[in-house]
Amino acid sequence: MSLLNVDNLSVRIGGVTPVDGVSFSIDAGESFVLLGESGSGKSMTALAITRLLPSGGHITAGDILFDGQQLQFLPESGMRRLRGSGMAMIFQEPQTSLNPVMTIGEQIAEALPPGSSRAAQRAEVIRLLDEVGIPNPQTRLHSYPFELSGGQKQRAMIAQALAGQPKLLIADEPTTALDVTLQAQILELIRRLARERAMSLLMITHDLGVARHMADKVGIMYAGQLVETLPVGKGRGIEQAFHPYTLKLMDAVPNLNRAGARLAAIPGRVPPLDQPFHGCRFADRCEHAFSPCAGTPPAWTALGQGHAVRCHLTAVSDARSKPEKAVAATVIPPGQETVLKVRDLEVTFIQRTGQLFGKQRIRAVDGISFDLAGSETLALVGESGCGKTTAVKAILGLTPVTHGEVILDGQRVSGLSERQFKPHRKLAQIVFQDPYSSLNPRMRVGDILMEGMSALDVDAPSSREAAIASLLEKVGLPQDTAFKYPHEFSGGQRQRIAIARALAVKPRVLICDEPTSALDVSVQAQILNLLVDLQREEGLAMVFITHNLAAVGYLAHRVAVMKEGKIVETGATRDILTRPQHPYTQGLLAAVI
Amino acid sequence: MNFQPLFLWTDILVWLLVLACLTFGWTVARTPALRSSWHAVLARPMGMASLVVLAVFVFIGLADSLHYRARLDNGQLDVEVRSLLDKALGSLNERSERTYSAPLATHAQARETIEKPDGRQVRETPRLQHGGAHLADPEKDWLADVAVRTATGLMWGALVSLSLFMLLALLMRAVWRCDLKTAFARLWLPSPAAIAWRSLLMTGALILLATGVITSLAGGYHVLGTDKVGQDVLYQTLKSVRTGLVIGTLTTLVTLPLAIGLGLLAGYFRGWVDDVIQYVYTTLNSIPWVLLVAAAVLIVQVFIEQNESSFSSVAERADVRLLALCVIIGLTGWTGLARLLRAETLKLRELDYVTAARAFGVSGPRILTRHILPNVQHLILISIVMDFSGLVLAEAILSYVGVGVDPVMNSWGNMINAARLELAREPVVWWPLVAAFSFMFALVLAANLFADVVQDAFDPRVSKAAGDKP
Repeated sequence: MSLLNVDNLSVRIGGVTPVDGVSFSIDAGESFVLLGESGSGKSMTALAITRLLPSGGHITAGDILFDGQQLQFLPESGMRRLRGSGMAMIFQEPQTSLNPVMTIGEQIAEALPPGSSRAAQRAEVIRLLDEVGIPNPQTRLHSYPFELSGGQKQRAMIAQALAGQPKLLIADEPTTALDVTLQAQILELIRRLARERAMSLLMITHDLGVARHMADKVGIMYAGQLVETLPVGKGRGIEQAFHPYTLKLMDAVPNLNRAGARLAAIPGRVPPLDQPFHGCRFADRCEHAFSPCAGTPPAWTALGQGHAVRCHLTAVSDARSKPEKAVAATVIPPGQETVLKVRDLEVTFIQRTGQLFGKQRIRAVDGISFDLAGSETLALVGESGCGKTTAVKAILGLTPVTHGEVILDGQRVSGLSERQFKPHRKLAQIVFQDPYSSLNPRMRVGDILMEGMSALDVDAPSSREAAIASLLEKVGLPQDTAFKYPHEFSGGQRQRIAIARALAVKPRVLICDEPTSALDVSVQAQILNLLVDLQREEGLAMVFITHNLAAVGYLAHRVAVMKEGKIVETGATRDILTRPQHPYTQGLLAAVI
Repeated sequence: MNFQPLFLWTDILVWLLVLACLTFGWTVARTPALRSSWHAVLARPMGMASLVVLAVFVFIGLADSLHYRARLDNGQLDVEVRSLLDKALGSLNERSERTYSAPLATHAQARETIEKPDGRQVRETPRLQHGGAHLADPEKDWLADVAVRTATGLMWGALVSLSLFMLLALLMRAVWRCDLKTAFARLWLPSPAAIAWRSLLMTGALILLATGVITSLAGGYHVLGTDKVGQDVLYQTLKSVRTGLVIGTLTTLVTLPLAIGLGLLAGYFRGWVDDVIQYVYTTLNSIPWVLLVAAAVLIVQVFIEQNESSFSSVAERADVRLLALCVIIGLTGWTGLARLLRAETLKLRELDYVTAARAFGVSGPRILTRHILPNVQHLILISIVMDFSGLVLAEAILSYVGVGVDPVMNSWGNMINAARLELAREPVVWWPLVAAFSFMFALVLAANLFADVVQDAFDPRVSKAAGDKP
């Protein structure tokens, strides 16, 4: 008998239906992964199961059967008893999910079943902390969340979730906010705990790697619906998937084997969920769509061994030509001329310490050196806090350089005053990680693109309108974009605008600070493709900052691995990825799943 | 010309402010994002209702901000400065009694020794000169007369409301391009996300009904009684509206440049600029506010008394003191908003779009005006609307302490100050206090409710903006 059985669940919030007719079941001890892009309704499904929907949201239809109880009819008091002891939840952001003014010991004890003595509670908390792998649990008990690292916080949160001995653990993107190496550890921990406690797991993720690693069964969600469920493991992988969306998602993930080839980007975006649908929700983005797709919603078709799919293509045996192999394009050879030269770059910050007048120097970037030729891409890889963003800010003159040299196109720019630097600013530009905070919400896109041109006096004022039009075309946006405000665009489109803004001043070096890590997989592929195209057309040199080694293989010529402000290893991409020398690089590679 | 217009300082500033508001309205209409936020304000019944109440107050205040001096028969200018409101209220001001009389009374409140025609001296409450003077036998006729007048007033109010409804329907028929029936339906039937026309109509009708009753009664009585010198309390209360509004709005004019300028500078440039500005406002904040204002007002008062001759009328002198009060409250009250803006700027300056602008070499002042200021606009707007009611109350408090507006100027604060003695009398004279209190309450409540709605519509943390993010 299954532990959790969700049947035809629908959720409505205001005018939006984020979850529409979702059915699945989880057996005792089974791991079920809900995989989907943002806005696919996966988190809402989990919140509906725990009955913690945001205000205004309610379950409009469907049955949720958990451990023999009908959850949607359970009174709130019964639900409260169930949360914690029946099902527990861990969240994405350990930073905000722990109360900063309570020690972790208190917070875990709070989740313990009531009625035991203080000493027993204490012993239990220590046992839990030990179980999730926090060293010295006796002393760590009294730590406040800010005293713990990100990974430890996530472990403490898992301990809290385990305190009530839940039968089902719901994990909502538990590792998205963590570094690669930590991600592997936390996933391993969750898997081990689930196995040891025979606990069922409902995991929500957008990451195919995580799904592949964790799941017994995967459910793929798209636009509020489950489109495919398939078992994983026992010799079967996600590769067996049938639905065109799942297959496209897999092709969209960059890795070394696809170097130079175009990624399979899914055109368009997830449809908004405030409208009724008549046919298949994926139809207008699907390259195999045929006549029934637009008019009739597809029904479930069983493909055996628990594999089921919601697609019209199952009815016709060979409606789908075998997906053609991605067009292999040649890797652009890097140019000869060096455009950016960095020598012994050092950036230190002065930080106040706890004592009065106490100060301490933090060396964020500690003597890095590299060269970059035209049309070349250098990937700067490292975990958060390793100084990679500080380094590029110093190169761009946004953070004062403490020591060392930055030579842009033959001219030394480090140590210049703001006024002296200004003429050189058009040489290097930057694209940021978060497309939501990188565009001023109160400016029209046209004005955003114009700003750099007028500040740096690029092009004659009369030709700027035309320049904007050609920029928009180059990044694949419609012409009327210039008159709209940023909030009218999706994340991927915003990132295109940000790229256009950087290109507006015709830079020779483009610095991309994790430009795709805030985007969905399919959109990420669109942006990476765009960057490669632009490099080919414009001969741009790129510094590509990332924590994702997989993306590196796709577009970088060379890789520099950074750790604690230093470059620990540098070399051609293929060498680094296949024969890493430094133990840190080896560790990073081993953590990639 | 049988009058000469007179522009007091506050008049000029008030009308400039109206001009600024109209310009702002025009900008709003052209900016889609702002228009949708204001539409959200008007779509809330509460927002619409409080806006209507505020509009009535503003209308009274503006009518009271057009001053003139009448030309007397002998060709000289009248020393008394009158406003359009005085003209509209007409006889209300002129029909004064000798002293206190209760609302709608026909007799004075206190007994007086009166000499009868036959030479006898009796102590009784004399008939009022104006209140109920038309009644032959007040004891018998009073109730009937008041009832008839109330009914007539209600009827007129209802009639005017209905005709306004018709007029609006006709107007909107042209705007919406539909037939009259649909226009009526759209105005009356509530629909989500549309402008709350029904609240507009209901609030308007209620106000018109009340106005009708008051106008009709005011023809024969003192609706809210008279004060110590026999002046009509309704007249005083209405004249006080302008004082309250001027304090509430002009003070903001003084506050805004300081708060915005210093707040943004401190937040954006940090370092020593931030240290200096923070030093100034923490120092200012550490001095008791009433003490600071009292000291400043007393200095201004001394200045005014020394230059008595440069004011041609009492009204001008009172006006300068009112303006000085606005400036003083403004100069001492900018710290809260400045602190808020500093904190917000500290946050915004780290955002990527500011970094991107810096990477283009855009200058500091330009980043402040193009990137930071537009993104703190909602905070400024919310705090203006929220501070307004506080300032109206501050006037009352300061006048009560005796350092507020000029004693000859009508203000709720002065009325409340006078009530200190009136409440100690036997029988109690309660009506001036109640009148001042209810008008002030209506204004402050409307302003607060409106501020709530504005905050909901503009604060990105509260509403829809969250839906932008995945």
